[in-house]
Amino acid sequence: MNIVLKLEHAVSDILAITQRNLIKYTRLPQLIIFSTIQPIMFMLLFTYVFGGAIKTSTGSYIAYLLPGILVQTVLFGSMQTGVSLAEDLSRGIIDRFRSLPITQSAILAARTLTDVVRNIFVIFLMTLVGFIVGFRIEHGVLHFLGGLLIVLCFGFAFSWISACIGLSVKDVETAQVAGFIWVFPLVFASSIFVPVDSMPSWLQVFAKHTPITATANAVRALTLGQPAGDFALQALLWIFGLLAVFIPLAVISYNKRKG
Amino acid sequence: MTTEHEGHEGAAIVAHNITKSYGSVHALSGVSITVPYGKVFGLLGPNGAGKTTLVRILTTLLRHDDGNATVAGHNIASNPNAVRATIGLTGQFAATDEHLTGRENLHLVGKLYHLKKDAIKHRAAQLLEKFSLTDAADRPSKTYSGGMRRRLDLAMSLFNHPKVLFLDEPTTGLDPQSRITLWQIIKELVAEGTTVLLTTQYLEEADHLADRIMVIDHGKIIAEGTPRELKSKVGGDVLEIHVERVDHAHRALDLVRHLAKEAPHIQEALGMISIPTAEGANAIVEAVRLLDAAHIKIADIALRRPTLDDVFLTLTGHTENAPASAPRSTGEGPHFTTGDGNFFSTR
Repeated sequence: MNIVLKLEHAVSDILAITQRNLIKYTRLPQLIIFSTIQPIMFMLLFTYVFGGAIKTSTGSYIAYLLPGILVQTVLFGSMQTGVSLAEDLSRGIIDRFRSLPITQSAILAARTLTDVVRNIFVIFLMTLVGFIVGFRIEHGVLHFLGGLLIVLCFGFAFSWISACIGLSVKDVETAQVAGFIWVFPLVFASSIFVPVDSMPSWLQVFAKHTPITATANAVRALTLGQPAGDFALQALLWIFGLLAVFIPLAVISYNKRKG
Repeated sequence: MTTEHEGHEGAAIVAHNITKSYGSVHALSGVSITVPYGKVFGLLGPNGAGKTTLVRILTTLLRHDDGNATVAGHNIASNPNAVRATIGLTGQFAATDEHLTGRENLHLVGKLYHLKKDAIKHRAAQLLEKFSLTDAADRPSKTYSGGMRRRLDLAMSLFNHPKVLFLDEPTTGLDPQSRITLWQIIKELVAEGTTVLLTTQYLEEADHLADRIMVIDHGKIIAEGTPRELKSKVGGDVLEIHVERVDHAHRALDLVRHLAKEAPHIQEALGMISIPTAEGANAIVEAVRLLDAAHIKIADIALRRPTLDDVFLTLTGHTENAPASAPRSTGEGPHFTTGDGNFFSTR
């Protein structure tokens, strides 16, 4: 089989399975509603409950919060990748796919791609609500879109971490717990909600050097019109680094499930 | 996409000495099978015998440790995608996407076979019709009954006209009506020339569908032959009579002793006699007539077919000191009647 045909098949496999994954959301509108309500609620609660008490360099707290909370949202969203994989494994769907003459890596690629699509949808809604409660793009739409692109890539990278978790646990419930538990300290000990400078110095050492802080800072700088180069570079290095490690790991553990 | 058969033109499945271990557990220790084209091969065994492991290996879902195998002429290790293009697999539980409609499930499979759009549409409609799913075609498959879901699953595995079809316990968990429907479908497929490897825990099912049966236990083949050959090894039917008054048991036995082809068995305390017989249903008629004439009241009478229990007991020789076809189950055991499901309880 020639290379072009092989590639054509790989692309069509990925699209077919992605479409299958996305149909679930159209059949379960409640799922998409509730999974978007949660981050929106977070955003509103932080804005109106803690917003007044948190001192940021930006004028309003929402201007500080929105870029950060987008990072948190895609991070939580990405953790769905592993849960969905564990679900498909336990239901025999992946066995079905594997018994067909498809490009085997298409299953993982389609899953992570699906979660990118879902993240785009959720980010769009969050930004919309952000505008309603006072968020404004202050440095040109292109910079802001660039920031969103970084957020999506960041989510894509974490989807592959999540895929590794989902493939290495035995059931859906474990995938759920194992997927989320380590994310919380990363999210809160970062610049998502508060400036890192306000944390005790020992925690700052950690918080300043996570991919989450790097990404949140990059997106924030891009939307606020601050110099973003350093942060963006850091964020991209993290993203590529994570992808370089976790894509091969996920593929290996996927193949290992063959026993 | 398929290439010429690489040798073994005569057989759909050829496996030599397949082994598979998980740590110190030998799931398969040297299994060899040959399944000719157009035949149904039954793989019979209890849970954990290694049936599913063998199916997963032959369908390229699992890597084996040692040995080699070809399916439809393609080597499972060196050319797995060629194998996948020629087989169909229906696993132990219906691998359908519950959020997708029946039609969408079929279209997805068609796309993954890289077929043309029109061909996919046409084939999907054809399969929905064939499996009586047309009315439900555009409902999410989670609204389907167990039998419908299993039919959809089978339709999905037949999408690309597989040469070899693997059915891993296709009727487990189905109600009797759905089971018979599925049997009918499988028979039609075989009549059209499909080769089938079927695993089952039901002797009746293997008996009904398979040309040859291989009995597997603890990852080893313990017997192979036609259903008739295997049953003759196990022995024939057993006539079980339960008399109302236990003190009538001996007298009853004397009356029907001539129906036995081997030594009968009596459990006086229960008023129960078991007679291995070659007379079939006639034995019941004869026994009822004789006992009625002697005014012995019968609480229960049944002709018990040899069960998978019996097959295993005989073949594995766990009960060498008991007659092979003697009932193992006493009063508290399950009650078997003619034509019953012969469900095998794992030990």
